[in-house]
Amino acid sequence: MRNVSKIYRTDVVETHALHSVSLEVSAGDFVAVTGPSGSGKTTFLNVAGLLETFDSGRYELDGTDVSTLSDRIRSRLRNEKIGFIFQSFNLIADLDIYDNVDVPLRYRGMRASHRHERITAALELVGLTSRMKHMPSQLSGGQQQRVAIARAIAGEPAFLLADEPTGNLDSTTAGQVMDLLEQINNMGTTIVMVTHDPQLARRARRNVHVIDGQLLDMENSAPGSKPAPRLGSTTA
Amino acid sequence: MLGYYLRLALKSFARDRGATALMLFAIALGIGVCIMTLTVHHAMSSNPIWWKNDRLYTITMDSWPPERPANLDLPDLPPTQLTYTDANYFFNSAIPERKVIMYQATGVVLSGSESKPVKINTRIATADFFPMFDVPFRYGNGWSAHADTGPEPVIVLSHDLNEKLFGGLNSVGRTLRWSNHDFRIVGVLEPWMPQPKFYDLTIGGFNEPEAAYLPWGWSKALQLLSSGSIHCWKVEPANTVDELMSSECAWIQMWVELPDAAARNRMQTLIDTYWAEQRKAGRFQRPRNNRLSNVGQWLEDHRVVQNDNRLLVGLAFAFLSVCLLNTVGLLLAKFMSGAPAAGVRRALGASRLQIFVQHLIQAGVLALAGALLGLGLSALFLWGVRILYGSDPQTGRGGYQALAHFDSIGIAWAIALAIGSVIITGLYPAWRIGRMPPARYLKSQ
Repeated sequence: MRNVSKIYRTDVVETHALHSVSLEVSAGDFVAVTGPSGSGKTTFLNVAGLLETFDSGRYELDGTDVSTLSDRIRSRLRNEKIGFIFQSFNLIADLDIYDNVDVPLRYRGMRASHRHERITAALELVGLTSRMKHMPSQLSGGQQQRVAIARAIAGEPAFLLADEPTGNLDSTTAGQVMDLLEQINNMGTTIVMVTHDPQLARRARRNVHVIDGQLLDMENSAPGSKPAPRLGSTTA
Repeated sequence: MLGYYLRLALKSFARDRGATALMLFAIALGIGVCIMTLTVHHAMSSNPIWWKNDRLYTITMDSWPPERPANLDLPDLPPTQLTYTDANYFFNSAIPERKVIMYQATGVVLSGSESKPVKINTRIATADFFPMFDVPFRYGNGWSAHADTGPEPVIVLSHDLNEKLFGGLNSVGRTLRWSNHDFRIVGVLEPWMPQPKFYDLTIGGFNEPEAAYLPWGWSKALQLLSSGSIHCWKVEPANTVDELMSSECAWIQMWVELPDAAARNRMQTLIDTYWAEQRKAGRFQRPRNNRLSNVGQWLEDHRVVQNDNRLLVGLAFAFLSVCLLNTVGLLLAKFMSGAPAAGVRRALGASRLQIFVQHLIQAGVLALAGALLGLGLSALFLWGVRILYGSDPQTGRGGYQALAHFDSIGIAWAIALAIGSVIITGLYPAWRIGRMPPARYLKSQ
């Protein structure tokens, strides 16, 4: 991302949700995005995840400039390159666990046998193979988030976006989910995670901080010392 | 993806059973009422012999006195029937390719020693009746023109009468006793039910065709009075067929088959010339109103489809619109309640178009199920019409009873209405849900 800005407009008010944000994330990175409520973390994640457009700047995802793409191409990119993990899990209540994990694969147009392999492998990774035919309501919060992680990785995306993935979990379960994310990151998947929790943020390889729609990269801060903010910084 | 979308639609309906049932019933009721009224309207308004609309004509002339028209409700029209004098004159013309003069009489038939006498309507007609109106035969044929003049003791039975008397077997060659006279059966019809019964509107446009047919010559030979309409204006004896034949009473229906426009023009000239001659002789004192009407014009002129019926169709469509509008509201609410799930699907890679199609298919399944249920309801409604109006004094036996049958037209309408319902009910809600920004719901779900 380079100098990306996002403004929400009403008839009378303009809100600068993102202000000239620049960030470069390398393959295999694990970035934690922290910041107070209303600072623009989620907007940043939505823009990064191609769920929202931006007003100015340039955003390249895996070498593709996404700023002028049609909805169809953006959706395809989202499907193939990005996996989402949400704070409130966002499993589809009508579908069982298997079918929930199946959703992104359906939109990719995979054959049934291929989809089955991917779903089984993803559920195996999160340890929920035995719950395939359960409905989301029959699982605990931690299990639901593991299903959401399975859904996010089933399509083998290069890029995982997690919005407060442990926000609705107790500390033990949150730790297990973080273990899982680290495991996935170690397998080569790039992760950008929004979190309030400084402890969890410390487990990421790199931290960025969002304040008032501006990004401060903490990468060069010495451990234990006060970080030297670099507004709108770009890191390699 | 179609199978996937269908599965999602069924799951979605299973989740909101109450709302789904409400929408389904609204669509079904609207479609059911529409199909019922359209079926009745179609049966009442269609031209049952449309393929001969430019060949078949009925002749009418205004032979009424100057003081009043034949029909006070339709004062511009001449009487619907001809006097024997006029009908006989035109029947002797060589211009028509085919021609028929006819009326309805009543007879009593017996078959076998155990049978009870059955009173039946019988059409007394000339030979061309059958080929002219493309009447289908199951067994045998009609009779020749020679049999009309003889007259020969031959008879043609309807399909139903043959079923009743002979169990549907080939009865050609057998003898039937009709009003104490023996007639040889020469033909049995296929089921034949032209609706409206265009060739004789005088006794109700939606009556069943007659059960038997006799050659014209038996009219005079047996003095068979008309059991249909005899319309007289002059005080004169008209108690026997002979008296009727020499009277000014209009009691005979006449149709001609004219192969082209030239023949039609020549026929019209013949009628007008005849009218002028008769007027000189003291008849036809009203303004000239000689008509050669094809079937479509004939049905239109005589208001076979009443305005009430058209109004009913309009009201049925208005009712359907109200039902569909309610369904649009319910469907929109249902789709909007599912917006978070749609947002998740968008995040997972569904395009706007895919979300739109998914929801449109959901609406389509609902509309199709509604149409199927509507078909069932319309069949029920039509059954109700048959029960309620089977013995209506205006339409008589077999009036609405005969025409209110579910047919391919009803099914075609159901399909058309289902497609229309999908477009009306599904398009806007599906478009709305497809346009929802996905990010709005992902945080709050």
